[in-house]
Amino acid sequence: MNINYSDTVWMVVATAMVMLMIPTLAFFYGGLVRKKNILSVLMQTFVILAVISLQWILFGYTLAFGPDKGHLIGGLDFLFLNGVGTAPIKGQTIPHQLFMMFQMMFAVITPTLIIGAFVERIKFSGFLIFTILWSTIIYDPIAHWVWGGGWLHALGALDFAGGTVIHITAGTSALVLALLLGKRKGIDSHRAPHNLPFSVFGAGFLWFGWFGFNGGSALAMNGVAITAILNTHIAAASGAVVWMIIDWKYNEVPTLLGVITGLVSGLVAITPAAGFVSPLSSIAIGGGGSLIGYLFVDKIKGKFGYDDSLDVFGVHGMAGIWGAIATGIFSSKSINKDGANGLIYGETSQLVVQILTILVVVAVSAIGTYILYKIVDKITGMRVDERSEYIGLDLTQHHETGYTLME
Amino acid sequence: MKYIIAVIKPHRLEYVKEELAKEGVHLLTVVDALGCGRQKGITEVYRGVKEVGNLLRKVKIEVGVTDEFLEKAINAIVKGAKEELIGDGKIFIFNMENCVRIRTGEQGKIAIG
Repeated sequence: MNINYSDTVWMVVATAMVMLMIPTLAFFYGGLVRKKNILSVLMQTFVILAVISLQWILFGYTLAFGPDKGHLIGGLDFLFLNGVGTAPIKGQTIPHQLFMMFQMMFAVITPTLIIGAFVERIKFSGFLIFTILWSTIIYDPIAHWVWGGGWLHALGALDFAGGTVIHITAGTSALVLALLLGKRKGIDSHRAPHNLPFSVFGAGFLWFGWFGFNGGSALAMNGVAITAILNTHIAAASGAVVWMIIDWKYNEVPTLLGVITGLVSGLVAITPAAGFVSPLSSIAIGGGGSLIGYLFVDKIKGKFGYDDSLDVFGVHGMAGIWGAIATGIFSSKSINKDGANGLIYGETSQLVVQILTILVVVAVSAIGTYILYKIVDKITGMRVDERSEYIGLDLTQHHETGYTLME
Repeated sequence: MKYIIAVIKPHRLEYVKEELAKEGVHLLTVVDALGCGRQKGITEVYRGVKEVGNLLRKVKIEVGVTDEFLEKAINAIVKGAKEELIGDGKIFIFNMENCVRIRTGEQGKIAIG
């Protein structure tokens, strides 16, 4: 196919919007930690943006999107971007380099989400090695299985913009890391976010960027892209309202942290479904993501006592799982002819495929993360010593401070 | 009645609070502070240039105790704050003339705890 320039312009914009989500996710997370660790969170985020961009160009992209090898992994044809030029690949109307770059932002944001599980206690060297290995050994193959022509794709798994590939992988890995690392020191008396306005700023830009994230996943400027953007917006709104109402009921007052957590849960939930469902279904999907996120974070997590510090599993994992299931319930061929009909349109087969995909992705992410943790823990260690943790990662890992006390 | 002011390293605050709680001292005031002693700070780097701060972050703990709690409180602070390194901090002890609980108007020993 030839290049279509309106598709191309939209995808350039969408790529830039997703890129903007990465530094703003840094502020979303950074605001939620104690002030002695703000820089460490921003540092981890920016370093992932730099390092995984290079990983993607050198070999990540070809592992995920190179010509299929046995439905398991991409071939090495695109190693070092060899053969990735401006001519579109089969079935697309945008330059191949642009598709590669759009996908690069997804590859970057996925490990960035995991940061929320290990903040305030991870050793920087261990974090860096773990992230590179995680992207290469867990993210790239799973992206291939679902999007790159691998076996889950062949089974008919639907994941419009990364509910399974991004949010379930990140959420599950986050839970495993939180369990292995243990709880943060001294958190009981300083639980409050040190700068909630940072987090609200971050959430606002995530909402904005998600239009590019989900709308761009149509890979063209067409009806599916518009529906995806509309659905994204509705799900975020629904997620915010649902969390606010539950908060109000159970905690006497609606909280701002609740509203931003709810909108992110709604955005996560709609991600796999964005281009397959109707706007009205998006209210249920976004609201459902928020409800499940709330139940998990507020009611269930406390019973287990692990420290998934910024609720990556509760929000991304659980709302992501709900979104993947919801895709099998609410999808309609009248919205997207390349999609499927879900449960409410009388077909159960898609729901079965979705559940199977979730189980596979959860298992691979969990086992893979466990093994990688054990390896990296042997090489560099994954957690800082107790004294460094009490002093804070900004000073001990980076010799910098986020804030001065006077002047 | 005595009034204790202790200047300690910020990262020892949790240990000090824990030790004080073990001795039954639960009421205290904590203030962020900067201090200048013999200890050098952790090296910070500004665009590759190393700098050691002179004024260091400290935490000031203030607590009023009855005489029977004085030794316990001092020992707890020492135990919690001590790393046996320069900069572990100091404890200053003052005579306290009176103490008033604002809510009830109670004065003296009864108002402390």
